[in-house]
Amino acid sequence: MTFISDTFLSFRREIGPTMRSWYYIVFGVVQPLLYLGLFVPLLTAMPMGGDGNALQWFVPGMMVMLVLFTTVSCGWALTEELVSGSFERFLATPASRPGLLVGRALKELAPLLIQALILIVVAAPFGLHLYPVPMLIGLALLMIFGIGVASFSYALAIASKNDGGLFYMVSHSVSLPLMLLGGVLLPMQMAPDWLYIASRFNPLTYLVEAERALFMGEVFTPIVGYGALVAVLVAIAGIAVGTVTVKRASL
Amino acid sequence: MIHGRDITRTFKTKTGTVEAVRGLNLDVGEGELVAFLGPNGAGKSTSVRMLTTLLPMTSGAASVGGHDVTRAPEKVRRMIGYVGQKTGSGPYHRVRDELIIQGRAQRMSESESRKRANELLGMLELEDLADRDCNSLSGGQKRRLDVALGLMHTPKILFLDEPSTGLDPHSRANLWDHVMRIRRETGMTIFLTTHYLDEADTMAERVMVMDHGKMIADDTPERLKAELAGDTIRLAMVSEGETLIAAEVAANLPNARDIAPNGRSFSVTVRDGAAVMPHFLRALHERGVDIATASVRQPTLDDVFLNLTGRSLRENAIAA
Repeated sequence: MTFISDTFLSFRREIGPTMRSWYYIVFGVVQPLLYLGLFVPLLTAMPMGGDGNALQWFVPGMMVMLVLFTTVSCGWALTEELVSGSFERFLATPASRPGLLVGRALKELAPLLIQALILIVVAAPFGLHLYPVPMLIGLALLMIFGIGVASFSYALAIASKNDGGLFYMVSHSVSLPLMLLGGVLLPMQMAPDWLYIASRFNPLTYLVEAERALFMGEVFTPIVGYGALVAVLVAIAGIAVGTVTVKRASL
Repeated sequence: MIHGRDITRTFKTKTGTVEAVRGLNLDVGEGELVAFLGPNGAGKSTSVRMLTTLLPMTSGAASVGGHDVTRAPEKVRRMIGYVGQKTGSGPYHRVRDELIIQGRAQRMSESESRKRANELLGMLELEDLADRDCNSLSGGQKRRLDVALGLMHTPKILFLDEPSTGLDPHSRANLWDHVMRIRRETGMTIFLTTHYLDEADTMAERVMVMDHGKMIADDTPERLKAELAGDTIRLAMVSEGETLIAAEVAANLPNARDIAPNGRSFSVTVRDGAAVMPHFLRALHERGVDIATASVRQPTLDDVFLNLTGRSLRENAIAA
């Protein structure tokens, strides 16, 4: 199927420069350790809503945040290739349009996946209980969700390619309230009623809750089901919008 | 190989609707080298982008390599090489990698792609740059890489959109040497756009002149110049009154026009000036006119454009 092979092709092209920049890899390894070292000690002193270790609660939320912020802004990397002719060059080949987008998205997500694995392994001696299968399912859901958000971001980059400021403004004014309303950093159970109700209308909330449940070792529960549904719907909608935008674009 | 019927394209802008291409008809046969010539904004690139499936047409129909552009875009994409106006290589990607990926995107196998990439690196004198990042290449090198990318899958038809714009004269000549050699070797159909007059004149076998979204002329450069411009004979006389006699004589020349006596200098436009000149000079001699200097100026495609539109392409190029 050309979608799959072109996804790999696009991923292969994009990952090349990443693999060659050592500072990028070093930064990628250090970043999650900073969160663990500088934020988690503070967190353990806070009264959290649920029971269990603070790490068990915080690590999945942080991963959702990393995935959201990375993928929402990754259209920026496409802008440069939109302004030059290199994206257009691929559009003049038979390469699958969704494949081109998803391959690019995976290039952004691959380092995050490695960061997440490092984070889990490093946090384990500090009290993170390991539930390997549920945790891997959690990471897979994050990847699916990330592909969707990245595709929306590519669509936005194409729509705003002549105005970099517009891309930045729209992507941030969407992602910031989503993140704050998703209960990523602090439990929404502590929020006033109106804020709690608002958070129930945020799809990200369900993904965050599903990730937390998976990190507690749950798999076959409605919470995980809702989160998985959100991830899949975001991916389908994102790829559809991204592909249509590419096809209609007059670059 | 390329056929277009009544192709139009309109764009909606804040100030209203712009008709970029208005009823374009064209036919290009196998192995032809055709140039779209026209000022910036004439609709050349828009037309090429529609023929290469990158932009949907507003109305009309086109087929490229026997496939309908709107209904079978994927088949068209496999037939064509496309070298766009802007740099096609990614700045942080390596030269050889870009070529191999391009081959893969054009459905070549990994080993075929590698072999062809090496072949093209040699053909376009890029071997020494194969493992460099593309953004470290000079303008001329980047352009050669763009052509190599377009040639990866050995397409039947190559589209070149302003291939030499922004290159210095040496790089331009070098790029053209490569393109013309590859064409001789493969016999591929080449369709290019340019606003360089000399490029259209010397490289293309057929020139389609575009202006305001319409094709206003379509012929070989020689015929366009003969029919739409003509040669200019210029004379300088020894004394002033003689230009009036020259004007009388010139009026009897076949197809003479633009007869312009002006002080001691005189000019007239005719077809095939080199052949007319001896007769003209003999006739003037018989009327006792003393000629100081005589010359024939061959027309350029700019004269063609000037005669068609009343504007010079050169002014346009500079203004844009």
